[in-house]
Amino acid sequence: MRVSFTVNGREETADDVWEGESLLYVLRERVGLPGAKNACEQGECGSCTVYLDGAPVCACLVAAGQAEGRRIRTVEGLAEGDRLDPLQEAFVECGAVQCGFCTPGLIVQAHDLIERVPRPSDAEIREALAGNLCRCTGYEKIIEAVRLAAARKSAAE
Amino acid sequence: MDFLRPQTWAEALAAKAETPEAAPIQGGTDMMVELNFDLRRPAALLDLNRVAELTSWSAEEDGRLRVGAGVPYARLITELGDRLPGLAQAARTVGSPQIRNRGTVGGNLGAASPAGDSHPPLLAGDAVIEVESAARGVRMIPAAGFYLGVKRSALAADELIRAFWMSPASGPQYFSKVGTRNAMVIAVCSFAVALHPGERRVGTGIGSAAPTPRRAAAAEEFLAAELDWDAPLDPAVLRRFGELAAEAASPIDDVRGTAGYRRHAIGVMARRTLTWAWNDFRAGQLGRRAG
Repeated sequence: MRVSFTVNGREETADDVWEGESLLYVLRERVGLPGAKNACEQGECGSCTVYLDGAPVCACLVAAGQAEGRRIRTVEGLAEGDRLDPLQEAFVECGAVQCGFCTPGLIVQAHDLIERVPRPSDAEIREALAGNLCRCTGYEKIIEAVRLAAARKSAAE
Repeated sequence: MDFLRPQTWAEALAAKAETPEAAPIQGGTDMMVELNFDLRRPAALLDLNRVAELTSWSAEEDGRLRVGAGVPYARLITELGDRLPGLAQAARTVGSPQIRNRGTVGGNLGAASPAGDSHPPLLAGDAVIEVESAARGVRMIPAAGFYLGVKRSALAADELIRAFWMSPASGPQYFSKVGTRNAMVIAVCSFAVALHPGERRVGTGIGSAAPTPRRAAAAEEFLAAELDWDAPLDPAVLRRFGELAAEAASPIDDVRGTAGYRRHAIGVMARRTLTWAWNDFRAGQLGRRAG
Protein backbone atom coordinates (compact mmCIF):
# COMPACT_ATOMS: atom_id res chain seq x y z
CA MET A 1 0.00 0.00 0.00
CA ARG A 2 0.97 3.62 -0.34
CA VAL A 3 1.35 5.78 2.78
CA SER A 4 1.68 9.56 2.71
CA PHE A 5 2.44 11.74 5.69
CA THR A 6 4.38 14.81 6.78
CA VAL A 7 7.79 14.29 8.34
CA ASN A 8 9.58 17.26 9.88
CA GLY A 9 7.42 19.57 7.80
CA ARG A 10 8.01 17.74 4.50
CA GLU A 11 5.47 15.67 2.57
CA GLU A 12 6.65 12.10 2.19
CA THR A 13 5.15 9.17 0.33
CA ALA A 14 6.20 5.56 0.70
CA ASP A 15 5.12 2.92 -1.79
CA ASP A 16 4.80 -0.85 -1.47
CA VAL A 17 4.49 -0.61 2.27
CA TRP A 18 3.54 -3.96 3.82
CA GLU A 19 0.28 -3.64 5.78
CA GLY A 20 1.87 -4.90 9.00
CA GLU A 21 4.91 -2.68 8.72
CA SER A 22 5.73 -0.24 11.50
CA LEU A 23 6.11 3.50 11.17
CA LEU A 24 9.66 3.02 12.45
CA TYR A 25 10.57 0.80 9.53
CA VAL A 26 9.06 3.26 7.07
CA LEU A 27 10.97 6.17 8.58
CA ARG A 28 14.31 4.39 8.68
CA GLU A 29 14.25 2.22 5.59
CA ARG A 30 11.99 4.06 3.18
CA VAL A 31 12.20 7.74 4.10
CA GLY A 32 15.88 7.58 5.02
CA LEU A 33 15.64 9.00 8.52
CA PRO A 34 17.74 6.74 10.75
CA GLY A 35 17.54 8.99 13.82
CA ALA A 36 14.84 6.97 15.54
CA LYS A 37 16.58 3.76 16.53
CA ASN A 38 15.32 0.23 16.18
CA ALA A 39 16.13 -1.80 19.26
CA CYS A 40 13.42 -3.80 20.96
CA GLU A 41 10.45 -3.55 18.56
CA GLN A 42 8.09 -3.98 21.49
CA GLY A 43 7.89 -0.55 23.06
CA GLU A 44 10.18 -1.48 25.96
CA CYS A 45 13.14 0.76 25.25
CA GLY A 46 11.83 4.06 23.88
CA SER A 47 14.73 4.44 21.44
CA CYS A 48 12.33 4.85 18.50
CA THR A 49 10.35 7.69 20.10
CA VAL A 50 8.98 10.23 17.59
CA TYR A 51 6.20 12.77 17.72
CA LEU A 52 2.96 11.66 16.07
CA ASP A 53 0.56 14.60 15.72
CA GLY A 54 2.41 16.26 18.59
CA ALA A 55 2.47 13.33 21.04
CA PRO A 56 5.56 11.19 21.62
CA VAL A 57 4.99 7.58 20.66
CA CYS A 58 7.06 4.47 20.03
CA ALA A 59 7.31 4.40 16.25
CA CYS A 60 7.78 0.63 16.37
CA LEU A 61 4.23 0.28 17.73
CA VAL A 62 2.47 2.46 15.17
CA ALA A 63 1.32 0.63 12.06
CA ALA A 64 2.57 2.49 9.00
CA GLY A 65 -0.97 2.76 7.67
CA GLN A 66 -2.02 4.55 10.85
CA ALA A 67 0.38 7.37 9.98
CA GLU A 68 -1.50 8.17 6.76
CA GLY A 69 -2.07 11.93 6.62
CA ARG A 70 -0.49 12.47 10.04
CA ARG A 71 2.33 14.75 11.17
CA ILE A 72 5.56 13.10 12.28
CA ARG A 73 8.49 14.86 13.89
CA THR A 74 11.68 12.92 14.45
CA VAL A 75 14.91 13.80 16.25
CA GLU A 76 16.20 15.04 12.87
CA GLY A 77 13.50 17.69 12.98
CA LEU A 78 14.47 19.23 16.31
CA ALA A 79 17.60 21.11 15.30
CA GLU A 80 17.24 24.23 13.19
CA GLY A 81 19.81 23.86 10.44
CA ASP A 82 23.18 23.72 12.17
CA ARG A 83 21.76 25.02 15.44
CA LEU A 84 21.14 22.16 17.81
CA ASP A 85 18.13 22.10 20.07
CA PRO A 86 19.08 23.14 23.63
CA LEU A 87 18.47 19.57 24.72
CA GLN A 88 20.87 18.19 22.15
CA GLU A 89 23.52 20.67 23.29
CA ALA A 90 22.93 19.83 26.94
CA PHE A 91 23.23 16.09 26.24
CA VAL A 92 26.64 16.68 24.65
CA GLU A 93 27.86 19.01 27.40
CA CYS A 94 26.73 16.83 30.28
CA GLY A 95 28.15 13.61 28.89
CA ALA A 96 24.63 12.21 28.62
CA VAL A 97 25.66 10.59 25.34
CA GLN A 98 27.85 7.54 25.44
CA CYS A 99 27.15 4.90 22.82
CA GLY A 100 24.38 7.20 21.61
CA PHE A 101 21.88 4.55 20.67
CA CYS A 102 19.20 5.63 23.15
CA THR A 103 19.91 9.34 22.69
CA PRO A 104 17.45 10.23 19.89
CA GLY A 105 14.54 8.65 21.75
CA LEU A 106 15.52 10.27 25.02
CA ILE A 107 15.86 13.67 23.38
CA VAL A 108 12.45 13.52 21.70
CA GLN A 109 10.82 12.34 24.91
CA ALA A 110 12.60 14.98 27.03
CA HIS A 111 11.78 17.62 24.42
CA ASP A 112 8.10 16.90 24.90
CA LEU A 113 8.48 17.08 28.68
CA ILE A 114 10.09 20.53 28.57
CA GLU A 115 7.45 21.77 26.14
CA ARG A 116 4.72 20.75 28.58
CA VAL A 117 6.55 21.37 31.87
CA PRO A 118 9.12 24.15 31.46
CA ARG A 119 10.84 23.51 34.81
CA PRO A 120 10.31 19.84 35.59
CA SER A 121 11.22 18.39 38.97
CA ASP A 122 13.56 15.41 39.12
CA ALA A 123 10.58 13.17 39.80
CA GLU A 124 8.83 14.52 36.71
CA ILE A 125 11.95 13.96 34.61
CA ARG A 126 12.28 10.41 35.88
CA GLU A 127 8.65 9.64 35.22
CA ALA A 128 8.75 11.15 31.73
CA LEU A 129 11.85 9.14 30.81
CA ALA A 130 10.77 5.92 32.53
CA GLY A 131 10.16 4.20 29.20
CA ASN A 132 13.56 5.05 27.73
CA LEU A 133 16.34 2.59 28.46
CA CYS A 134 20.01 3.56 28.51
CA ARG A 135 22.65 0.91 29.15
CA CYS A 136 25.65 3.25 29.44
CA THR A 137 25.13 6.40 31.44
CA GLY A 138 23.32 5.29 34.54
CA TYR A 139 20.79 8.05 33.82
CA GLU A 140 22.28 10.66 36.16
CA LYS A 141 23.93 12.58 33.32
CA ILE A 142 20.77 12.34 31.28
CA ILE A 143 18.71 13.84 34.09
CA GLU A 144 21.36 16.52 34.53
CA ALA A 145 21.14 17.34 30.82
CA VAL A 146 17.37 17.67 30.92
CA ARG A 147 17.63 19.92 33.98
CA LEU A 148 20.23 22.10 32.24
CA ALA A 149 18.27 22.38 29.01
CA ALA A 150 15.10 23.26 30.90
CA ALA A 151 16.89 25.96 32.90
CA ARG A 152 18.45 27.47 29.77
CA LYS A 153 15.23 27.37 27.84
CA SER A 154 13.32 29.05 30.67
CA ALA A 155 16.03 31.70 31.04
CA ALA A 156 15.94 32.42 27.31
CA GLU A 157 12.17 32.95 27.29
CA MET B 1 -2.87 -8.89 4.59
CA ASP B 2 -5.34 -6.05 4.12
CA PHE B 3 -5.35 -2.72 5.85
CA LEU B 4 -8.91 -1.56 6.37
CA ARG B 5 -9.45 2.12 7.06
CA PRO B 6 -13.03 2.89 8.07
CA GLN B 7 -13.76 6.58 8.51
CA THR B 8 -16.95 6.18 10.54
CA TRP B 9 -18.32 3.78 13.15
CA ALA B 10 -20.89 2.46 10.65
CA GLU B 11 -18.11 1.72 8.18
CA ALA B 12 -16.09 0.01 10.90
CA LEU B 13 -19.02 -2.27 11.81
CA ALA B 14 -19.64 -3.04 8.15
CA ALA B 15 -15.99 -3.93 7.66
CA LYS B 16 -15.98 -6.18 10.73
CA ALA B 17 -19.17 -7.91 9.52
CA GLU B 18 -17.69 -8.50 6.11
CA THR B 19 -14.27 -9.56 7.37
CA PRO B 20 -14.75 -11.04 10.86
CA GLU B 21 -11.14 -12.26 10.86
CA ALA B 22 -9.89 -8.66 10.61
CA ALA B 23 -8.01 -7.68 13.77
CA PRO B 24 -9.06 -4.30 15.16
CA ILE B 25 -6.12 -2.00 15.92
CA GLN B 26 -6.49 1.15 18.01
CA GLY B 27 -3.26 2.38 19.61
CA GLY B 28 -1.40 -0.63 18.27
CA THR B 29 0.76 -1.01 21.37
CA ASP B 30 -0.23 -4.67 21.77
CA MET B 31 -0.95 -5.75 18.22
CA MET B 32 2.24 -4.29 16.73
CA VAL B 33 4.41 -6.29 19.13
CA GLU B 34 2.83 -9.47 17.78
CA LEU B 35 3.28 -8.31 14.19
CA ASN B 36 6.88 -7.21 14.73
CA PHE B 37 7.75 -10.58 16.24
CA ASP B 38 5.91 -12.61 13.64
CA LEU B 39 3.59 -14.06 16.28
CA ARG B 40 0.44 -13.16 14.44
CA ARG B 41 -0.60 -12.62 10.85
CA PRO B 42 -4.24 -11.54 10.82
CA ALA B 43 -5.97 -11.58 7.44
CA ALA B 44 -6.48 -7.86 7.82
CA LEU B 45 -5.89 -4.99 10.20
CA LEU B 46 -8.96 -2.91 10.93
CA ASP B 47 -7.57 0.49 11.86
CA LEU B 48 -10.03 2.30 14.12
CA ASN B 49 -7.90 5.45 14.49
CA ARG B 50 -9.98 7.44 12.06
CA VAL B 51 -13.29 6.79 13.77
CA ALA B 52 -13.39 10.09 15.62
CA GLU B 53 -16.27 9.29 17.96
CA LEU B 54 -14.26 6.51 19.60
CA THR B 55 -11.88 9.09 21.02
CA SER B 56 -14.46 11.13 22.91
CA TRP B 57 -16.24 10.65 26.23
CA SER B 58 -19.40 12.12 27.68
CA ALA B 59 -21.41 12.39 30.89
CA GLU B 60 -24.74 10.69 30.22
CA GLU B 61 -28.19 11.51 31.55
CA ASP B 62 -28.18 8.63 34.01
CA GLY B 63 -25.07 10.12 35.62
CA ARG B 64 -22.67 7.56 34.20
CA LEU B 65 -19.67 8.33 32.04
CA ARG B 66 -19.52 6.84 28.57
CA VAL B 67 -15.89 6.62 27.49
CA GLY B 68 -15.03 5.83 23.88
CA ALA B 69 -12.92 2.74 23.35
CA GLY B 70 -10.23 4.82 21.66
CA VAL B 71 -9.56 7.35 24.43
CA PRO B 72 -5.87 6.87 25.20
CA TYR B 73 -4.68 6.29 28.77
CA ALA B 74 -2.94 9.67 28.84
CA ARG B 75 -6.25 11.46 28.30
CA LEU B 76 -8.06 9.19 30.72
CA ILE B 77 -5.60 10.32 33.40
CA THR B 78 -5.79 14.05 32.70
CA GLU B 79 -9.46 14.37 31.74
CA LEU B 80 -11.15 11.72 33.88
CA GLY B 81 -8.70 11.13 36.74
CA ASP B 82 -10.94 13.01 39.19
CA ARG B 83 -14.05 10.97 38.34
CA LEU B 84 -12.47 7.57 37.68
CA PRO B 85 -9.53 7.61 40.10
CA GLY B 86 -9.06 3.83 40.32
CA LEU B 87 -8.90 3.46 36.58
CA ALA B 88 -6.64 6.50 36.28
CA GLN B 89 -4.25 4.99 38.83
CA ALA B 90 -4.13 1.80 36.83
CA ALA B 91 -3.62 3.83 33.64
CA ARG B 92 -0.61 5.52 35.21
CA THR B 93 1.04 2.12 35.57
CA VAL B 94 0.53 1.18 31.92
CA GLY B 95 3.74 1.05 29.91
CA SER B 96 5.54 4.37 29.54
CA PRO B 97 4.33 7.86 28.63
CA GLN B 98 4.80 6.92 24.97
CA ILE B 99 2.60 3.85 25.40
CA ARG B 100 0.01 5.79 27.41
CA ASN B 101 -0.26 8.27 24.55
CA ARG B 102 -1.45 5.44 22.31
CA GLY B 103 -2.82 2.58 24.39
CA THR B 104 -6.53 2.47 25.21
CA VAL B 105 -8.98 0.70 27.50
CA GLY B 106 -10.71 -0.54 24.34
CA GLY B 107 -7.51 -2.24 23.24
CA ASN B 108 -6.98 -3.70 26.70
CA LEU B 109 -10.52 -5.11 26.62
CA GLY B 110 -10.10 -6.44 23.09
CA ALA B 111 -6.92 -8.28 24.05
CA ALA B 112 -8.59 -9.55 27.26
CA SER B 113 -5.27 -10.51 28.78
CA PRO B 114 -5.64 -11.55 32.43
CA ALA B 115 -2.80 -9.09 33.12
CA GLY B 116 -4.41 -6.05 31.48
CA ASP B 117 -4.11 -3.14 33.91
CA SER B 118 -7.51 -1.62 33.25
CA HIS B 119 -9.51 -4.74 34.08
CA PRO B 120 -9.39 -4.74 37.93
CA PRO B 121 -10.68 -1.15 38.28
CA LEU B 122 -13.34 -1.79 35.62
CA LEU B 123 -14.52 -4.76 37.69
CA ALA B 124 -14.36 -2.91 41.01
CA GLY B 125 -16.26 0.03 39.54
CA ASP B 126 -19.04 -2.04 37.90
CA ALA B 127 -18.15 -0.94 34.38
CA VAL B 128 -20.33 -2.04 31.50
CA ILE B 129 -18.83 -2.63 28.08
CA GLU B 130 -20.78 -1.37 25.07
CA VAL B 131 -20.18 -3.56 22.02
CA GLU B 132 -21.91 -3.47 18.68
CA SER B 133 -22.33 -5.44 15.50
CA ALA B 134 -23.90 -4.38 12.22
CA ALA B 135 -26.30 -7.34 12.32
CA ARG B 136 -27.50 -7.32 15.93
CA GLY B 137 -26.89 -3.79 17.16
CA VAL B 138 -25.67 -2.84 20.61
CA ARG B 139 -25.02 -5.22 23.52
CA MET B 140 -24.20 -3.98 27.00
CA ILE B 141 -21.93 -6.45 28.77
CA PRO B 142 -21.08 -5.99 32.46
CA ALA B 143 -17.32 -6.22 32.96
CA ALA B 144 -17.79 -9.21 35.26
CA GLY B 145 -19.29 -11.15 32.34
CA PHE B 146 -16.92 -9.89 29.67
CA TYR B 147 -13.84 -11.98 30.42
CA LEU B 148 -14.30 -15.64 29.48
CA GLY B 149 -10.81 -17.12 29.45
CA VAL B 150 -7.16 -16.36 28.82
CA LYS B 151 -7.32 -13.69 26.10
CA ARG B 152 -10.92 -14.68 25.40
CA SER B 153 -13.85 -12.32 25.86
CA ALA B 154 -17.60 -12.22 25.26
CA LEU B 155 -17.00 -10.20 22.11
CA ALA B 156 -18.42 -11.95 19.01
CA ALA B 157 -16.44 -12.17 15.78
CA ASP B 158 -18.52 -9.49 14.08
CA GLU B 159 -18.58 -7.13 17.07
CA LEU B 160 -16.43 -4.16 17.97
CA ILE B 161 -15.97 -2.48 21.35
CA ARG B 162 -17.45 0.98 21.20
CA ALA B 163 -17.20 2.33 24.75
CA PHE B 164 -17.29 1.50 28.40
CA TRP B 165 -19.78 2.93 30.88
CA MET B 166 -18.89 3.64 34.47
CA SER B 167 -20.28 5.77 37.26
CA PRO B 168 -18.05 8.52 38.59
CA ALA B 169 -16.48 7.37 41.85
CA SER B 170 -18.83 7.73 44.82
CA GLY B 171 -16.01 6.92 47.24
CA PRO B 172 -12.26 6.31 47.34
CA GLN B 173 -10.76 3.91 44.79
CA TYR B 174 -7.33 2.32 44.70
CA PHE B 175 -5.28 0.15 42.38
CA SER B 176 -2.12 -1.70 43.28
CA LYS B 177 0.23 -3.69 41.10
CA VAL B 178 3.28 -5.85 41.66
CA GLY B 179 5.91 -5.53 38.96
CA THR B 180 9.64 -5.61 38.51
CA ARG B 181 10.31 -2.18 37.03
CA ASN B 182 8.76 1.27 37.46
CA ALA B 183 7.66 1.43 33.85
CA MET B 184 6.86 -0.94 31.04
CA VAL B 185 5.99 -3.64 33.46
CA ILE B 186 3.37 -6.28 32.93
CA ALA B 187 1.63 -7.04 36.20
CA VAL B 188 2.83 -10.03 38.18
CA CYS B 189 -0.53 -9.50 39.81
CA SER B 190 -2.75 -6.55 40.64
CA PHE B 191 -5.74 -5.59 42.73
CA ALA B 192 -8.35 -2.83 42.73
CA VAL B 193 -10.94 -1.68 45.26
CA ALA B 194 -13.76 0.82 44.92
CA LEU B 195 -15.76 1.98 47.91
CA HIS B 196 -19.44 2.53 47.20
CA PRO B 197 -20.52 4.25 50.45
CA GLY B 198 -24.08 4.91 49.28
CA GLU B 199 -24.67 1.17 48.94
CA ARG B 200 -22.34 0.28 51.82
CA ARG B 201 -20.50 -2.00 49.44
CA VAL B 202 -16.91 -2.48 48.30
CA GLY B 203 -16.12 -3.55 44.72
CA THR B 204 -12.98 -5.55 43.94
CA GLY B 205 -10.97 -6.65 40.94
CA ILE B 206 -8.12 -9.14 40.68
CA GLY B 207 -5.61 -8.99 37.85
CA SER B 208 -3.10 -11.51 36.55
CA ALA B 209 -3.88 -14.10 39.22
CA ALA B 210 -6.50 -16.22 37.45
CA PRO B 211 -7.29 -17.21 33.84
CA THR B 212 -9.36 -14.04 33.63
CA PRO B 213 -9.57 -10.80 35.53
CA ARG B 214 -12.17 -11.46 38.20
CA ARG B 215 -13.89 -10.06 41.26
CA ALA B 216 -13.25 -11.42 44.73
CA ALA B 217 -16.93 -12.14 45.23
CA ALA B 218 -16.75 -13.79 48.66
CA ALA B 219 -14.53 -10.98 49.93
CA GLU B 220 -17.07 -8.41 48.69
CA GLU B 221 -19.95 -10.26 50.36
CA PHE B 222 -18.00 -10.52 53.58
CA LEU B 223 -17.39 -6.76 53.67
CA ALA B 224 -21.01 -6.01 52.80
CA ALA B 225 -22.01 -8.00 55.88
CA GLU B 226 -19.24 -7.16 58.33
CA LEU B 227 -17.88 -3.69 57.60
CA ASP B 228 -18.95 -1.01 60.07
CA TRP B 229 -19.04 2.14 57.93
CA ASP B 230 -19.02 4.45 60.95
CA ALA B 231 -15.93 3.07 62.66
CA PRO B 232 -12.22 2.63 62.08
CA LEU B 233 -11.31 -0.48 60.12
CA ASP B 234 -11.44 -3.55 62.37
CA PRO B 235 -8.11 -5.41 61.99
CA ALA B 236 -9.91 -8.77 62.10
CA VAL B 237 -12.19 -7.69 59.24
CA LEU B 238 -9.24 -6.42 57.27
CA ARG B 239 -7.35 -9.68 57.76
CA ARG B 240 -10.31 -11.81 56.72
CA PHE B 241 -10.86 -9.61 53.66
CA GLY B 242 -7.25 -10.26 52.60
CA GLU B 243 -7.67 -14.01 53.10
CA LEU B 244 -10.86 -14.13 51.07
CA ALA B 245 -9.32 -12.04 48.29
CA ALA B 246 -6.33 -14.40 48.14
CA GLU B 247 -8.69 -17.39 48.04
CA ALA B 248 -10.53 -15.84 45.09
CA ALA B 249 -7.33 -15.98 43.03
CA SER B 250 -6.39 -19.09 41.08
CA PRO B 251 -2.96 -18.20 39.80
CA ILE B 252 -0.42 -20.18 37.83
CA ASP B 253 3.35 -20.46 38.14
CA ASP B 254 5.03 -18.68 35.25
CA VAL B 255 8.13 -16.69 34.38
CA ARG B 256 6.87 -13.66 36.28
CA GLY B 257 5.99 -15.30 39.56
CA THR B 258 4.84 -18.42 41.33
CA ALA B 259 1.23 -19.17 42.10
CA GLY B 260 2.03 -19.11 45.81
CA TYR B 261 3.63 -15.69 45.58
CA ARG B 262 0.75 -14.29 43.55
CA ARG B 263 -1.85 -15.58 45.98
CA HIS B 264 0.07 -14.11 48.89
CA ALA B 265 0.51 -10.77 47.11
CA ILE B 266 -3.20 -10.53 46.28
CA GLY B 267 -3.97 -10.82 50.00
CA VAL B 268 -1.42 -8.12 50.84
CA MET B 269 -2.64 -5.76 48.12
CA ALA B 270 -6.26 -6.34 49.13
CA ARG B 271 -5.46 -5.30 52.72
CA ARG B 272 -3.38 -2.33 51.60
CA THR B 273 -5.80 -0.93 49.04
CA LEU B 274 -8.74 -1.30 51.42
CA THR B 275 -6.75 0.44 54.17
CA TRP B 276 -5.84 3.34 51.89
CA ALA B 277 -9.41 3.68 50.68
CA TRP B 278 -10.81 3.41 54.19
CA ASN B 279 -8.42 6.04 55.54
CA ASP B 280 -9.51 8.43 52.79
CA PHE B 281 -13.16 7.65 53.44
CA ARG B 282 -12.84 8.19 57.19
CA ALA B 283 -10.86 11.40 56.71
CA GLY B 284 -13.67 12.67 54.47
CA GLN B 285 -16.30 11.64 57.01
CA LEU B 286 -14.50 13.23 59.96
CA GLY B 287 -13.76 16.31 57.87
CA ARG B 288 -17.45 16.73 57.10
CA ARG B 289 -18.35 16.31 60.76
CA ALA B 290 -15.74 18.88 61.86
CA GLY B 291 -16.83 21.28 59.13
